[in-house]
Amino acid sequence: MKSDAGYRVPKIQIRDLRKAFGAKQVLDGIDLEIATGESLVIIGGSGTGKSVLIKNIIGLIAPDSGSIMIDGTETTTMRHAERDRIMHKFGMLFQGGALFDSLPVWENVAFGLIQVQRLARPRAREQAIEILAQVGLPPEVADLSPSELSGGMQKRVSLARSIATQPEIMFFDEPTTGLDPIMGSVIDDLIVKSVRELGATALSITHDMASARRIADRVAMIHGGKIIWSGKVDEIDRSGNAHVEQFINGLAEGPIKMQVKG
Amino acid sequence: MPFFAPIGRSTIAFFTIIGRVALFTLYSVSHCVRPPFFPRQIGRQMLEIGFYSLPVVGLTAIFTGMVLALQSFTGFSRFSAESAIPNIVVVSITRELGPVLAGLMVAGRVSAAIAAEIGTMRVTEQIDALTTLSTNPYKYLIAPRLIAGLFMLPLLVLVADIIGVLGGFVVSVFTLGFNPTTYLKNTWDFMQVMDVVSGLVKAAVFGFLLTLMGCYHGYNSRGGAQGVGQATTNAVVSASILIFLSNYIVTTLFFTQ
Ligand SMILES: Nc1ncnc2c1ncn2[C@@H]1O[C@H](COP(=O)(O)OP(=O)(O)O)[C@@H](O)[C@H]1O
Ligand SMILES: [Mg+2]
Repeated sequence: MKSDAGYRVPKIQIRDLRKAFGAKQVLDGIDLEIATGESLVIIGGSGTGKSVLIKNIIGLIAPDSGSIMIDGTETTTMRHAERDRIMHKFGMLFQGGALFDSLPVWENVAFGLIQVQRLARPRAREQAIEILAQVGLPPEVADLSPSELSGGMQKRVSLARSIATQPEIMFFDEPTTGLDPIMGSVIDDLIVKSVRELGATALSITHDMASARRIADRVAMIHGGKIIWSGKVDEIDRSGNAHVEQFINGLAEGPIKMQVKG
Repeated sequence: MPFFAPIGRSTIAFFTIIGRVALFTLYSVSHCVRPPFFPRQIGRQMLEIGFYSLPVVGLTAIFTGMVLALQSFTGFSRFSAESAIPNIVVVSITRELGPVLAGLMVAGRVSAAIAAEIGTMRVTEQIDALTTLSTNPYKYLIAPRLIAGLFMLPLLVLVADIIGVLGGFVVSVFTLGFNPTTYLKNTWDFMQVMDVVSGLVKAAVFGFLLTLMGCYHGYNSRGGAQGVGQATTNAVVSASILIFLSNYIVTTLFFTQ
């Protein structure tokens, strides 16, 4: 994918992306590039449109305007068959886990293997148990229902499901929210390890700065529907941006005013 | 004209909903007939909708048949027309009461369950998760339920017909003193193929509509537990009304020349 002058086509390239729900302009001109193999973390307050941004990239929500290119291919104008092909590149860990509660744990993990890669069920089950082991879960959980698991275990199963089909691009939506700090750190390590093993490009969302520092190569901050700052993870403490400083230090006073009404 | 504005608004809202449901139906049906199919899901739904509805449908049918025999006896004995009871029972059950009552009972059970399940999947992002796993939710969630409803309701109604007639038979023989052989012979002689067939056609229509309403309201539910509750109520109410409406339409098609 190398063109002249050594310029590499970004894995994901977003230009002037806009999305409103009713009168509420959630995304107001997002510009963002993610290089192949890079791990980008997006930080920002609750309700600033981080999940909406990811859902636009995956194609779960259609943007009002703007461009999203995956491997140099425009996806916003894609039709069904093409979109299906692009979808195979994605793996997503949803904010709430989104495990299928009508299926046992192993079938959750093996879902993509059975439905997309057409693996026979016994073979898919074996593979699911291997993947569960990678995220530190014993074979005994394979036949449990997701509702029988603790929050941390559910997150792990979700992670296992999203890496099972070995996607090129991984999305993690608040992977550590609602977990205790130790479990949060375990999940972060698993994410870093899985992404590295797959050689995947990763886009994560968090408002947990400790977590952001662990998984990010680069950090971008979203505010007011725009990316207001982005830089290397070790530059974040000297960003020189008042919004970023307020956010990473968790200060009540600053340019970001908490909207009580959404 | 401030007086007419609300009327206009609600008329537009009404037709918007009709349009949405129609589009949803077309889209769903188009996924029912195009591969890939999910036989495992279809089997599961057939079990859920058909097999597990047997007790409630069976109980409804037996008591309806019993009451029917009792009521017609007290009515018709005044004209010494008791011999019409087998006829009345079999015609009422096969034409109307079997399909409509089974349809309503299954609507209460199945439409609600479907709306709650799909609605929960919607608000917990499980439907989005399906899509990211390259699985079309219309094919995986909705088509199997519609197909199961379409095929299982006629089977349920066939069972309801038999049990309903049996209920009438039991009351007639054991309480009203009918001769069992004569009763059965009369039932058999009076039974029209067209009555049974029309009832089964109704059942298929009801099965499709009640699963469709469960899917539609569940799929479009928004806003957490409250939204799912609302979807469940709307599913049962709209399914019941559609059953009565379509019952009239199918009856007109079959029985008026
Ligand atoms: N499907 C939707 N319909 C209407 N509004 C939505 C929808 N999804 C998200 N929103 C709104 O968009 C805003 C951003 O949501 P979200 O991206 O989930 O925030 P967060 O940054 O916390 O992930 C919120 O105000 C939310 O209410
Ligand atoms: Mg979010």
